[in-house]
Formats: sequence, C-alpha cells, structure tokens
Amino acid sequence: MSHHIVEVQGLGYCYPDGTEALQDVSFRIHHGESVAVVGANGAGKSTLLLHLNGCLVPFAGHVRIGDYPLTRETLQQVRRTVGMVFQDPDDQLFLPTVYDDVAFGPLNLGLPQDEVDARVQQSLASVNCEHLRGRPPYKLSGGEKRSVAIASVLAMSPDILVFDEPTSNLDPRARRKLICLLQGFKHTKIIATHDLDMVMDTCERTIVMHQGKVFADEATLEIFNNDELLQQCHLERPLSLSR
Amino acid sequence: MPNIDSSLFEIGTLDQLAEQDTPLHCIDPRVKLVTTLCFLITVVSYGSHEVAALLPLFLYPLILSAVGEIPGAYLRRKLLIALPFALLVGMFNPLFDTHAMLQIGGLSISGGWISYASILLRFALTVSAALILVASTGFTAVCMACGRLGMPRVFSTQLLFLYRYIFVLTDEGQRMMRARSLRSFGSRGTGVKVYGSMLGQLLLRTMDRAQRIHRAMLCRGFDGDIRLNRRYALRAVDLGFGLGWVMFFILVRTCNLPQILGGLVMELAA
Repeated sequence: MSHHIVEVQGLGYCYPDGTEALQDVSFRIHHGESVAVVGANGAGKSTLLLHLNGCLVPFAGHVRIGDYPLTRETLQQVRRTVGMVFQDPDDQLFLPTVYDDVAFGPLNLGLPQDEVDARVQQSLASVNCEHLRGRPPYKLSGGEKRSVAIASVLAMSPDILVFDEPTSNLDPRARRKLICLLQGFKHTKIIATHDLDMVMDTCERTIVMHQGKVFADEATLEIFNNDELLQQCHLERPLSLSR
Repeated sequence: MPNIDSSLFEIGTLDQLAEQDTPLHCIDPRVKLVTTLCFLITVVSYGSHEVAALLPLFLYPLILSAVGEIPGAYLRRKLLIALPFALLVGMFNPLFDTHAMLQIGGLSISGGWISYASILLRFALTVSAALILVASTGFTAVCMACGRLGMPRVFSTQLLFLYRYIFVLTDEGQRMMRARSLRSFGSRGTGVKVYGSMLGQLLLRTMDRAQRIHRAMLCRGFDGDIRLNRRYALRAVDLGFGLGWVMFFILVRTCNLPQILGGLVMELAA
C-alpha cells in the first residue's frame, strides 16, 4: 500500500424510508491528515462514516481507500485498512471479556495465537488498559469502554482510523485522556463530532456537513472564525476561541 | 417478588463463583459438560417409584460443591426459586395413584406420594448439577464447550450473545420503566396498552442495536464464526475426573447401594 488516502467522489445515499442522507459529497483526505467532520444533528455525518468501510453501499459516486476502489471484492482489504470506532461502545464490545473482544479482529484475520496475544497486549497498552484484560465489558465504566473499543480496532493495525463521536458521554478527565490519545496516533484520522473544542485540539482540517452536502472544507481555524458559516450550519464558535 | 435488579445481581454472583480457582474450576469445560450430561441421564433413567436408589447420587453435587467452594446456601436459594415448577409437575400424582405401596407402622403410603417424592429428588439433583456446572465453569466456557462438542455454531453464538446483551437489554427496559413510572400517577398510564407499545419500542430498539452490533462485527472481519483465543488441552486429571464419575454413576445405577448397605447392616445386627 502506497498511501493511506481516503477519496470520496460524488457520494449519494438515500435511506430505504426515502430520507435523502447524502448528496454529491466529495473530498480527498491525504496520508497522515487528521480531519473533523462536523455538522448539525441529521446532517449526514454518521451516514458518511458508514460508507468509508462499506457498511453502507452508496447509490451514487464512489469511495477509494488507498489504492483500492471500495467494491465487494476489496471489502475485506478495506475493512482491514479502515478501523472504525462506533459511538456506543456497547455495540462494539460484544464478547465475554475484554481480551476476547480485542482478540476478535486479529483472530478473524487468521493470525497465529502468539501473534494475537502480542497484538492484544500491545493495543491494550497503547490505551493504558492492560489491567482490564480479564474483565467483562459490561462492568466497565464509560471511559474504560471507550478505550477498550479503540484498542479492539487498533489490534487489527489499521492505517486509517474513523471515530464517531469519540468524546460523547465522557467525563472531562476521560475526555482529556482521549484527546491526548488521539493526538498520539500517527494514523490518518477522520473524526465525526459535536465537540468543537476537541476538534481544535486534534484536527487541522474540518469538513462541515449541512443537509447531506459538504458545506465547507477548510482549515479548522478558518472555519471556526467564520461566524456566519457556523450559524448557518447550527454550530457555535468553540469556547477556546471565544475567550 | 424479586425485581429485575436483584435477579441480574444473582447472575453476577454466578459469574463471580465461576472466577474462582479451585481444582474443580481447573477441569476442562468439555469434560465437566459431558459428566453433567451423564449425571442427568442417570438421574432420569430410574423408574418412577425409585426413591432410596437415588440417594447415593447426592454425593455428586455434595462433593462437587465442596471442592468447587460453591456455597450451599446459594444453591439452596436457587433451588427454591425453581421449586414451584417441580411442585406443580407432581402435584396430582398422589391423587391419581392411590395404590398403597409401603407400610410404615400403621401408615400406608400410596404409590403417588412415592413418585412425587421421586420427582422432587430428581429435581434437586438435576438443577443443582446444572447450577454447579455453570458456577464452576462460567457461562462462556459452557457455550464454548457446547460448540467444541458439535453443537451447531449458530446456537452457541446465540447463547454467547444472549448472555452478553441481557444486561444491556434489561438496562434499557429498566430505563423505560422508570420513565413511565415518573409520568404515570396512580394507576393511570400503567395499563396493558402502554405495556404493549413499550414492548414494541423495546423490540425496535433491540433490532436497531442488533444491526449496529452486526456492523461492528463485520468491520472486524466477522465471517459467521466466533473465535476465542483459548487453549484447551485434555490432561490426565480431566479424563480421570470424567471417567471416575461415569463409573460411579454406572455403579450406582446397576447395583442398589442403599439396599446392599441395609442388607449388610441387618446381617451385622443378626
């Protein structure tokens, strides 16, 4: 694989009930970039993310991940490259223990047991959760669940990380820890969120979605200093900028 | 009446018990599962009027719960919860089968009462054996053992998920109940109609969640098979455990130990 590029061209999607969620969405994200996707509720952020590793199939347009166009044939390869962290960790942690959950992806990749062990150890260590490995996921706190969900994705060593609302439902300290964690990742990152202060800390570029379309795609600071644009898209200037 | 909260707490206790580290917990789950099955078959294979012959089988749950450090009080409480079913099953036996089978002093005991007693004994034996299996192995390991022993993987995966998401489901149900009770006053708003739409709501939410979970699984390469990284190897101890108990069951089943013991005592007395 040469570059961890995410390219979306003329993407359109309509839910089975007729809601038009995406219309003609196009952008290109380069190797190592960290990009935020922001917008009002129902602007199409989550729907967009679900297209990036083939959870949803577009009605129009196409997605390219690295060297591969996203098709049925390349689906497995793409899912290995794009690691997706879902909004509700309870959806992502479905096995009896933390260890099993983190090992789930690597085992499905067909890795030998010792390699799986090593990867689990490594990814739990990178989110500082080694002590949780034997615990059942339903007994963890919200912050712990989120970290373990990230570890379960890291264990597949993806090149591109996609997060859906990573800071929702976290207490300030857990949120701060998560931001530090995100800053530490060298992957290409795509983060959908309402937490604009977190965007300030983690993303140099921001895509603003509005009613299923890309409304703006610029440097983060430029967007957050444009009050007119923010208001049109139901957003507000982040606190760290208004002081 | 136990509420959802406390019964879930009870499941938690079962989990805690399964995390202990005793000789019984170290036995291979497959061996424990097969031994338990053999035990159950032995128990149900007796004639309907057997009582005394069943008694030696109590050694199995007694020894296992002692070795596995599973508190008797906990087992008894669990047995009590399931007891009404057994009581109902045999309730009419004494009425239908009034033929006298046993004379103790001036008292004659009918076949119905004896078979009722037999049903209750079997109930205690089978339920406690199943509880001990789960308390000494853990639900997950039991599911895995089922899978390894040839249960179709659809079922073992279902069981695994049932156990994982029962907590999430009850949480969700509880939140809905709370929201309803906060806005219903007296008996208003608690009728069947409200329950119906709440259940429907819960079903829809469950389906949504199922879809999200399935997506999360596909993202990590799920192909219909759940692989868990556990290394199981049968050791001599495991085989010894299984064979030993199966031989004991055969011995108990083929010769009526209480009768032989009774005979010996009579002989000694004479």
